Amino acid sequence: MNITLRIWRQPGPGRPGHMVTHRVDDISPDMSFLEVLDVLNQRLTAAGEDPVAFDSDCREGICGMCGLVINGIAHGPQASVTTCQLHMRSFADGDVIDVEPWRAGPFPVLKDLVVDRSALDRIIQAGGYISIPTGSAPEAHSILVPKDDAEDAFDAATCIGCGACVAACPNGSAALFLGAKITHLGLLPQGQPERDSRALAMIARHDAEGFGGCSQIGECTAVCPKDIQLEVISRCHRDVVTALFHHGEQQEGPPEDQTGGNLASGPAGD
Amino acid sequence: MSETAMPPESGLFSVGAPIADTKAPPGPIGERWDVRRFNARLVNPANRRRLSVIVIGTGLAGGSAAATLGEGGYRVEVFCFQDTPRRAHSIAAQGGINAAKNYRNDGDSVMRLFYDTVKGGDFRARESNVHRLAQVSVDIIDQCVAQGVPFAREYGGLLDNRSFGGVQVSRTFYARGQTGQQLLLGAYQALERQVAAGTVRVHARHEMLDLIVVDGRARGVVVRNLVTGEVSAQFADAVVLATGGYGNAFYLSTNAVGCNATAIWRAHRRGALFANPCFTQIHPTCIPVSGEHQSKLTLMSESLRNDGRIWVPKLAGDGRAPADIPERERDYFLERRYPAFGNLVPRDVASRAAKNVCDEGRGVGPGGLGVYLDFADAIARLGRPVIAERYGNLFDMYRQITSEDPYRAPMRIYPAVHYTMGGLWVDYDLQSTIPGLFVIGEANFSDHGANRLGASALMQGLADGYFVLPSTLAHYLAAGPYPSVDETHPATRETLAAVRERITRLLAVGGRRTVDSFHKELGTILWDHCGMERTREGLTQAIAAVRALREEFWRDVTVPGSGEELNQSLERAGRVADFLELGELMCIDALHRDESCGCHFRAEHQTPDGEALRDDEHFAYVAAWEHTGGPPVLHKEQLAYEYVELKARSYK
Repeated sequence: MNITLRIWRQPGPGRPGHMVTHRVDDISPDMSFLEVLDVLNQRLTAAGEDPVAFDSDCREGICGMCGLVINGIAHGPQASVTTCQLHMRSFADGDVIDVEPWRAGPFPVLKDLVVDRSALDRIIQAGGYISIPTGSAPEAHSILVPKDDAEDAFDAATCIGCGACVAACPNGSAALFLGAKITHLGLLPQGQPERDSRALAMIARHDAEGFGGCSQIGECTAVCPKDIQLEVISRCHRDVVTALFHHGEQQEGPPEDQTGGNLASGPAGD
Repeated sequence: MSETAMPPESGLFSVGAPIADTKAPPGPIGERWDVRRFNARLVNPANRRRLSVIVIGTGLAGGSAAATLGEGGYRVEVFCFQDTPRRAHSIAAQGGINAAKNYRNDGDSVMRLFYDTVKGGDFRARESNVHRLAQVSVDIIDQCVAQGVPFAREYGGLLDNRSFGGVQVSRTFYARGQTGQQLLLGAYQALERQVAAGTVRVHARHEMLDLIVVDGRARGVVVRNLVTGEVSAQFADAVVLATGGYGNAFYLSTNAVGCNATAIWRAHRRGALFANPCFTQIHPTCIPVSGEHQSKLTLMSESLRNDGRIWVPKLAGDGRAPADIPERERDYFLERRYPAFGNLVPRDVASRAAKNVCDEGRGVGPGGLGVYLDFADAIARLGRPVIAERYGNLFDMYRQITSEDPYRAPMRIYPAVHYTMGGLWVDYDLQSTIPGLFVIGEANFSDHGANRLGASALMQGLADGYFVLPSTLAHYLAAGPYPSVDETHPATRETLAAVRERITRLLAVGGRRTVDSFHKELGTILWDHCGMERTREGLTQAIAAVRALREEFWRDVTVPGSGEELNQSLERAGRVADFLELGELMCIDALHRDESCGCHFRAEHQTPDGEALRDDEHFAYVAAWEHTGGPPVLHKEQLAYEYVELKARSYK
């Protein structure tokens, strides 16, 4: 196969970027999309040109490090896969393919196709955990979890934190990422004690990072390589509302930065 | 020890003083860990915030260690080369994690897990360490469940188990085919909780390029910020390496493309002994190579061998489609050769058997480098939904990569480099030969001997990080804080200068060949001569070839760009330069070990039916290598077996 790639090239953070056309000839349909970029980079390097910077690590669809917008779609045309698991058999000989980084305010471009996704870590820091110091756990079988709950929690927990949901969302919302973690922990008995505080703190951090609100468009779930369902966002919203209600009952009122955020508002800020 | 055991190639290395692990207390094996913990010094909680620890790597071992040390109140600085700690390659572990819970009431116990692991490692692991691993395995499951790790459960709400290779009990806990992901996210979340609490700082997109040793103690590291290119020195009272294995020396492996040996290799060059570098696990069930372009290999979990049957045609060169080959013309070679364990023999045994049938011309698929892993019987017996529930994501991954449907046709699999049992030498406290430098998880050598059993890597990573290191490191830190070190210290200046000089040299070569072309060539040399089958002749050739390639690398590599920017070519160049040194040591180790054991199969040493033939009289030791700049020096740690009888491993 011969293809033409039009790739976003940007020398560094905050610098202007533009699309550059690169032809890649003689590739196999069994190659992954990232292996085509490898081949291109070998040729650019041999020709004394600057290779294309892009992130990847496990190359088996689980680490969440890779992620490209391919022909306008996060992770490309095939559903339920990451960019590293997209193979050239999904394309035709002679195709012209646009390749861009995730584009969202909270994900600044570092170089070419590499973006900074540390905002997602900060959402987890706000409460995406169960507080259980090492060594203090009870015997594993003292906690019974109904099989269906365990399965549903697992489905949400398979989120790989790639950020495709944000890249696809017209509002630049990370609601699917946020909802996946709130659903995973909220469905388990171990997650109950911190359920209210978790929901309030995580959504507050989500908004403070500049991610937009969810308006239930569903682009996120359409591109999610792990098929995280839109339902997790509903569960997240329910937990936030319930937490606000509980806070009202206790007449404490939520802390100032835990207002429930852009719960159902539109795009954030600019 | 008999002098006759010394190979004639001994000019390649010299033999130094033996070493001993003096930290494991004597006495009954079941009490040693308790005794060691009781005798360890403690640090008053109020004093812990004055003590600092650097942790390199955020996989199961590093992530769990950093979180636990942070909870304990120490100041922890964490570095990883990925963009977030959650990417570490533990995430890709599929099948499960072992623990001696005996929830199945099938005869399991701490002693049996200990026994299985020592035997599975073909008697080249330390008894004390392995027994401790088995003891703490049960605590790991408790910890992970409490964190919210969504393990597979049964209808009554209890945890489910499956069995894995090399054992006859069901002790493996799992979360579909994504156990590593779920365990790592548990550790990652615990780590991020400490970041929020202010005890841990995470420096993502930073790579360790050297170790700072002051007055014989590890006191810091030199790191490079991979976004800005800034090189800086970082200091602490102790340094923990949790940087995983070096399987990417082979270029193609199941490791992530970023996995590398630079941290451990640089520490080795600073004085840490490197143990058993030739012990590399070739995993039997991986998707075969499809072409020259391949950048990595993908594992299909060993758990598939619970329900899949491995076979090849009886007839060499049989070109028929698998469905057209009748039952009587199939050779279920593992079931035939190993009736007691069948398809669940250990990985080294299964890989070698697959290689043998392919060498006989009975391999399937392109190039004849593959065997079938067939689920037809299991689907007929259990139904497709059950198989989908157990292995759905693996089947999907296989179909995605090969465009073949494993529900309808058997998978094709072939062995691939997967894990390295070798690593930096550590004592019972997980401390290297450099005081203050601790090494945990796959980066050390300690628990798996010459072959690791399935579902034991996750167990070891978390055992080291959650439970072992926090006790033993405290003992070391209790003697601190150590005198402060800064950028002006001569050792710091020398180390920083060496790192900067090396970066400059890499950029200045200005040759014609890309870094990847050297890496691929090195991988081919190691795979051909230091892979599933090794010979004296092949290894001797390989050593010369690696040396020549290394010389060519420094003469003809091209690294575009500069050091003051995000430069992925430069990152890879440094890693490959280190693999080119490590690769030679792997071959020297393989050549010197003139026996077969576990993964290390020397063709000269096999039983009449082709099984590995150990030489316990001469080689029941850990080979720990000292870097000299010239021929390395071999230090032997003799292994004693008091609780497991030293005998030929049999899975028949």
